[in-house]
Formats: sequence, C-alpha cells, structure tokens
Amino acid sequence: MAISVKVMERPVGEVSYVRATLKGLALTLKHLVDPHRVTIQYPEEKWDLSPRWRGTHRMLTTEDGKAKCVACGLCPTVCPANCIKLVPGEDEVGNRYPLVFEIDEFRCIFCGYCQEVCPEEAIHLGRHYENAEFNRARFVYDLERLTAQTHPVSTLWDPADPRGE
Amino acid sequence: MPLDPMQLEPGLWPFLIATVVKMLVVFTLYMVVVAYSTLAERKVSAWIQDRHGPNRVGPWGLFQVLADGVKNFVKEESMPGDVNKPTFLLAPAIAFTMALTAWAVIPFGAPLPTPWGKVDLIVADAPIGVLYPLAITSLGVYGIVLAGWSSNNKYSLLGGLRASAQMVSYEVAMGLSVVAVLLAVGNVSLPQVVAQQQVGGWNVVLLSVAAFVFMVSAFAETNRVPFDMAEAESELIAGYHSEYSAMKFSMFFIAEYANMLTASAMFVTLFLGGWDIPFTDWDTTGPATVAKALATFAIFATKIGAFMFFFIWIRWTLPRFRYDQLMSLGWKFMLPVALLYIVIVSSGMVLLDQAGVARGSTAYRLAFLGVNVVLMGLLFVILDRGRLISPASSRLERVRLERLRAVAATRSSIAAGEVR
Repeated sequence: MAISVKVMERPVGEVSYVRATLKGLALTLKHLVDPHRVTIQYPEEKWDLSPRWRGTHRMLTTEDGKAKCVACGLCPTVCPANCIKLVPGEDEVGNRYPLVFEIDEFRCIFCGYCQEVCPEEAIHLGRHYENAEFNRARFVYDLERLTAQTHPVSTLWDPADPRGE
Repeated sequence: MPLDPMQLEPGLWPFLIATVVKMLVVFTLYMVVVAYSTLAERKVSAWIQDRHGPNRVGPWGLFQVLADGVKNFVKEESMPGDVNKPTFLLAPAIAFTMALTAWAVIPFGAPLPTPWGKVDLIVADAPIGVLYPLAITSLGVYGIVLAGWSSNNKYSLLGGLRASAQMVSYEVAMGLSVVAVLLAVGNVSLPQVVAQQQVGGWNVVLLSVAAFVFMVSAFAETNRVPFDMAEAESELIAGYHSEYSAMKFSMFFIAEYANMLTASAMFVTLFLGGWDIPFTDWDTTGPATVAKALATFAIFATKIGAFMFFFIWIRWTLPRFRYDQLMSLGWKFMLPVALLYIVIVSSGMVLLDQAGVARGSTAYRLAFLGVNVVLMGLLFVILDRGRLISPASSRLERVRLERLRAVAATRSSIAAGEVR
C-alpha cells in the first residue's frame, strides 16, 4: 500500500532555508565569541563540596593520638551495607577499644548512619572523594588508615536547621 | 612550469631543484596545516558548543595532533572478512593522493627573488590551470566509491553510492560556475586568474552568483555538512569508512581536510583574488622582493584560514540535508542557476564591448556589480521560498494542497475500511 504523506501548510518564515541558515550562523557565532562555559577543569579546578558531602571515612582521635572508638558495636549494627568489621577488645582497666576496625569502602553506600549513631563522635564521613586505588584490597580501610586521614569531616543534617543556615 | 628565461636562468638544474624544493615545502606545510585543521575543527566546534575542546596535550592542546597521529600509527589494522583486498587497500590511498595532488597548480604568493633567478610561488604552472584541480577532485570520488564497494558492508556501499551520485552531480554545477570566471579572465591559467583580479577587482564581488554556486558545490564536493551524505552517521554508521581502522581510517580523515583545504584554496584563487593584498598596488607593481613574497603568502594563508573557518562554522550550525533535497538542490537549482549565469555574464560582456566600455574600467566593473547585486537578491528570494530545497515541507498552492489532502483522506478511509 502506498504511504500517504501528511501535507502541512507552513508559513514562509518557517520553511525558509536562507533565513534559518543566517539565524543559525549568527547563533553559533555568538556562542563562539561569547562562550558560556560550564565545564570545570577537574584536576586544576574543583567543585566546592557541600558541608554535608558524605565521602571517605575518618576516625577521629583523642589528644594522645588514640582512636575515640570505644567498640560499642553500634556502627556495624546500623550499617545497612554491612561494611564495617569490628572486633572489640578491653584493656586491663576495663576500657573498651577496637582490636580490628575495618571499613570496606567498596561495600559502603555512604549513608552516614555510622556517623549519626556513634556515641563518641569517633567515626565520621569526610568531604573527600578522590580515593582511587589500583586493587580492591586497598579499599578496605583499617583503623590506622582511618585515623591517618586528614580531610574535613562532613556535618550531619540538623532537623532544626534543615537548610544548613 | 615552462622554462621561461625571464623566470629562471637557462638550464634544467635550477628549474628541477627549485621545483623539488617547492614540492617539499608545500607538501610539508600542507600536511601540517591539514593536521592542525583537525584540531581547529575540534576547537571551534567546542567553542561553538560552549565547551573547551582538547586542552590536555601540550599548551592549549596544541600537541593533540601529534598524539592522534601516534595513536593512529600504533593502532591495530583490522581487515574485515571477505573484503576485496586490493581495492580496500587502494581506496584510502586514492582519496588521500587526489586531495593532495590538486594543490599543485594553486599559486600561493608573489614571485620570490633568489640569487639564481626569480621563482614563481606555484608548484606547477600547468597551462590547463583550473581544469586540473577539477579533474583531480573528480578522481577523488573513486577513493570513496571503492572504499564503499570493497568493504563488504551495506552501510559502506550505501555511503559510497550516495557520495558518488552527490559528487558527480555537484561537479557539474561547480564546473559551470567556474566558466563564468574563465569568461571574465579569458584564460584558464590560475596565475592569470589572480592577475586579472589584481587589476579588475575580486570575482566574489563582480561574479558573486558564480561564487555562491561554487561555494555550495565545494561543500558538496568535500562531503561536508550540510551535504555529508557519504558519512551520515545517524543513518549509515560511518558511511564509506565504517570498516576502516587505524592509519587507513586516518588517511580518509586527512583526505577530508585536505579536500577542504584545496577547495578553500580554489575558492580563494578564483574568487577572493588569490594572493592579492586588497586596497594596495604594492604587491603587484615594482620588482619582486622577499618581503612581498612573504606578505602575499601570509595574506593568501589568511584568506584560506578564513574560508576554512567558514567550512567549520557551517558544519557546526546546519543539519544535514535529506538525500532528495540534496539532489533537487543540485540538479534543479544549482545547475540551472550556473547555466543561466553563464548566459548572463557572456551576453553582458558582449553588450558592454558593443557599447564601447573598456574592460576593467570603472564603468565596466560597476555594471557587473549592479547586475550581480540584482541577481543575488533574486537568488536569495527564490531560495527563501524553500520549495526547491524541501518539497515536503514547503508552502503549496491552495488547489494542490486540497488535492493532496483529498488523496490522503481517501487512502486512509480505504485503509480503515480494509481493517474493519
């Protein structure tokens, strides 16, 4: 069966090729001489991270350089991705401390529950995202590596001040 | 170049050496410019689209070209199954060589004085002049056709077919638009064309319709947007070079830009006064000096650069024509316009000669200018109606529209009846 073509009547201004061409050339030239570039030249320029940006974890330390963690076990419990491995230990005076504290950054979904639940404000998410590695094993951060991180930590969302003002 | 005692001291050796040196210089410069025009294309397209373009390799991305070259050399050459090997290998070579060879007859500067005599800045002053690049560029279509045919791929084949039909069609209009220039010059030699424009004014003003037809045909000849039917990546993957990889693909890529450069050089020589510096007689009168040769070469390069920019600018502005629009523009519009223009130019020249107006005089030029302004106005008004280019979306007469609608209505009712 032959195809019937829908025939439309259009005003001359719309079907004109010359006018459309000139208009198009003017538009592209305008962008050429007055560009509105939005590209960020990444390694040199960086985007300003939000104070609530949730990235690579940090373990904060006390003044004597030990991790603030008391191995209460709340963060492995709350973690929805099950990425925190904690083996608690206890010293001779009865202070609990983590024998093993590992976070698998590959498994982590960066929800921030661990930071929210921590009673000692020890584990934090950081405002940091450049954590590429050459093998998967390197993405399991142990306690030493978590305490050695220096980037700023993210602030939690405050229900009293939802916009962060 | 003929052995003219005024040009060179007698003897074969100075001529041979001068020619070989010119060939080497032109070839080197040409390849560098072609390479950098790929970068220019990427940069200009980026700027037009509010991007930055390549800027990682070297300052402002200037070594991107070298990186691309190295990449293309070390990449794997894949050979698809069941290709016609000899033609598959020959096609990129043809495309590349033909694009390069056409440059030989383009004069690119005022004569350069050397201790061994005056050297014309043209590789080969062939007496057939303008016919030579036309012939060579028509051979260039074989590169594309053979690539499309030997690839054993339906998309390649379609690309090759489209390219051959398109290039053959537009060659007609291109050749006929050049005839107007040749009538005005009375010679086919390109240095003569330049010399005439130095005296009589640029052809783009005096023969603007021919310039317009030539320009449009040049876009079609080089398979550039809006006439890139041969590639048409939204329809044909990559058209005729779908199956090519590494350096063989690169050869097609170089050929495209080389073709652009040659077309720009042809346009500049035929219509923009070649190496003529506008508004001054300094470059054409008096003895030849090195400064003059360099200055004229610089102005020639600037003109070519401007036209190359125009090529790129158009590419990133216009969408592709539909194939039937392309063909109707070529055969139903460009060809009659070019033919009619030859008639108008030649009869105008005869009339002015009869009226006793001296060639090259101000009155002669003004007469041509006036005729061309009127013709260009007419041309654009006709083009603007749109029907010639896009029959399916143009304004129709009321009667015709009613008839078409009636046909469509009958057909759809019949179709509906069949379904029921």
